[in-house]
Amino acid sequence: MTIESLPIQVQAARVSLRGKRSMGRSVALHATLTVASLIAVFPVFWVLVTSFKPDARAVAPTIRLFDESSLANYRDVLSGQQGDFLAWVLNSVEIALLTTLIAVFLSATTGYAVSRFRFPGSRKLLLSFLIAQMFPFAVLIVPLFNVLLSLGLQGTGIGLVLVYCTTSVPFCTYMLKGYFDTIPTDIDESGRVDGLSPFGVFWRLVLPLARPGLAVTAFYAFLTAWGEVAFASAFLSASDESKTLAVGLQVFVQQNRVEWGHLAAASILVSIPAVAVFYLVQRFLVTGLAAGAVKG
Amino acid sequence: MAEVAYVSASRVFAGNPPVRAVDQLELDVADGEFLVLVGPSGSGKSTALRMLAGLEDVDEGAIKIGGKDVTNVPPKGRDIAMVFQSYALYPHMTVAENMGFALKLRGTSKQEIKDKVAEAAKMLDLTKYLDRKPKALSGGQRQRVAMGRAIVREPSVFLMDEPLSNLDAKLRVETRANIAALQQRLGTTTIYVTHDQVEAMTMGDRVAVLKDGLLQQCASPRELYDRPANAFVAGFIGSPAMNLKTVPLTAEGALLDGLTVPLTRSALDKASTEGLKEVTFGVRPETLRLAGADEEGMELTVELVEELGADAYVYGSVRIGGVPERFIVRVDGRTPPAFGQNVKVAVRDTSEVHLFHPESGARLEV
Repeated sequence: MTIESLPIQVQAARVSLRGKRSMGRSVALHATLTVASLIAVFPVFWVLVTSFKPDARAVAPTIRLFDESSLANYRDVLSGQQGDFLAWVLNSVEIALLTTLIAVFLSATTGYAVSRFRFPGSRKLLLSFLIAQMFPFAVLIVPLFNVLLSLGLQGTGIGLVLVYCTTSVPFCTYMLKGYFDTIPTDIDESGRVDGLSPFGVFWRLVLPLARPGLAVTAFYAFLTAWGEVAFASAFLSASDESKTLAVGLQVFVQQNRVEWGHLAAASILVSIPAVAVFYLVQRFLVTGLAAGAVKG
Repeated sequence: MAEVAYVSASRVFAGNPPVRAVDQLELDVADGEFLVLVGPSGSGKSTALRMLAGLEDVDEGAIKIGGKDVTNVPPKGRDIAMVFQSYALYPHMTVAENMGFALKLRGTSKQEIKDKVAEAAKMLDLTKYLDRKPKALSGGQRQRVAMGRAIVREPSVFLMDEPLSNLDAKLRVETRANIAALQQRLGTTTIYVTHDQVEAMTMGDRVAVLKDGLLQQCASPRELYDRPANAFVAGFIGSPAMNLKTVPLTAEGALLDGLTVPLTRSALDKASTEGLKEVTFGVRPETLRLAGADEEGMELTVELVEELGADAYVYGSVRIGGVPERFIVRVDGRTPPAFGQNVKVAVRDTSEVHLFHPESGARLEV
């Protein structure tokens, strides 16, 4: 069909463009891209380098790649010398996974309903989802705190999960609605004629087809929960073993000094799961984001 | 296998005013029959089909399949299979999985599914594509998979919603014949929706013509062509379309420019009892012929000649009551008149002339 032949034509156009580009332009383009990549990669690289240095050497006036470098920082962080790092990891994993699970489930079902069924107020419902997104986090902390308090969930991980869901579910619903809209309704109808119930259509046809969209949604929900600091420090109890990673990192920043080496080592450890999740979903990211964005 | 009946079935879409997409449809389809629903876009033919499938609500009346009222039965309980215009294949399943999906849902054993899919694939020449995903197939192959998915289920009724409209012209003609042959072989009741009157005429045992949600006529292709029930059917069926003009009546017949077409006594009587001074006069292009210079005939100025090889169609204008009206005449393909030429046109056979009421459009029986 014509739509499927399009990308090939686009590719062909690109190839011929590349062939025509002059030497000078090519050098300029690659130089720019290289600089941009370096700017993007350097901070992460420097954190990695710093994580192997002792705190004192990390900010030494002479800048060296290796300066008494060792794995000591990692050993300290993981052994819980400065705080219960492994407990934080568990908390963060638990909260981020639970948020992802609830957010994907809720936004998939809601997004499907809004995409497929006509019911009174469906448009308004969708708009109302955006309201929570319109306020800055700082404004939301007090009202959310009160809600959690009255629910008896203040200070608990489940409470924090709910808070993360208030921000990620609306956004994910929008994204998934956009994705579901790109799946032709003929497929739903064909499934119903073939013998599926309405939920069966959703579960066996629409969800498998929406896998790229779901992956992106899951990634987004996971990241929101994983790296978040403001809500986590406000809503979790102050005791060390209930902190999440992002909050826990603050122990390395003390009033008079910052333990740069330890902070860097901990940061690298924190980013590993996020990178792992990214690696899992990256092949869906481009199609998922594009589809959600174009028809959102 | 089963018969199908629409019992005063209506579908009303909310709005101001509400739209009666299908209005009091009364239609009986016999067991094993191939019925074509045809009409221009917006005529309600697809809606009527979807009502039968259970994908569209029935607001008034009822729908029966095999004598059983299924008006409120969900699609999966109706024992129907549908071929969609877009084919609606499941992109994440292979051809074999697509075809076997309905059976799998019914809990049919794996071996039986495999056998049935293999049999249908053989019938449709799809055997070597069974492991492919739909996106790796051509348009014609996808169409066949959609057919295969319907066949494998052995339903009591096939529903087809413009299944050929995404194919190119040559493949469409080929597939048209294949579907008709397949239906005859399987003997399954089939309801087929199309906007293409050639498909309707060539495939259907009977053809139901719809317009604005109302059934205009349901009859065999021959009957539709020879005795259209009203001016709409007359104009819709046949290509190129019938010449339909409102002309004055005289004591002898219908008065066209320079030509009085004699009408039968009974036709004239009927017109006069209804107090008609004019009638809608219908004549197909092949019923007209070029007349010799000394014969009685209408003056036609040639505006366009379509040469099709064996035949040619002459499009030209005739002045009726001072107003130029377009007529189409079929002539011999080897000796067509030239552009701009003035020719005389006469009626080949006055018994093939159709008369309709000028306002209601209903056929005046002669």
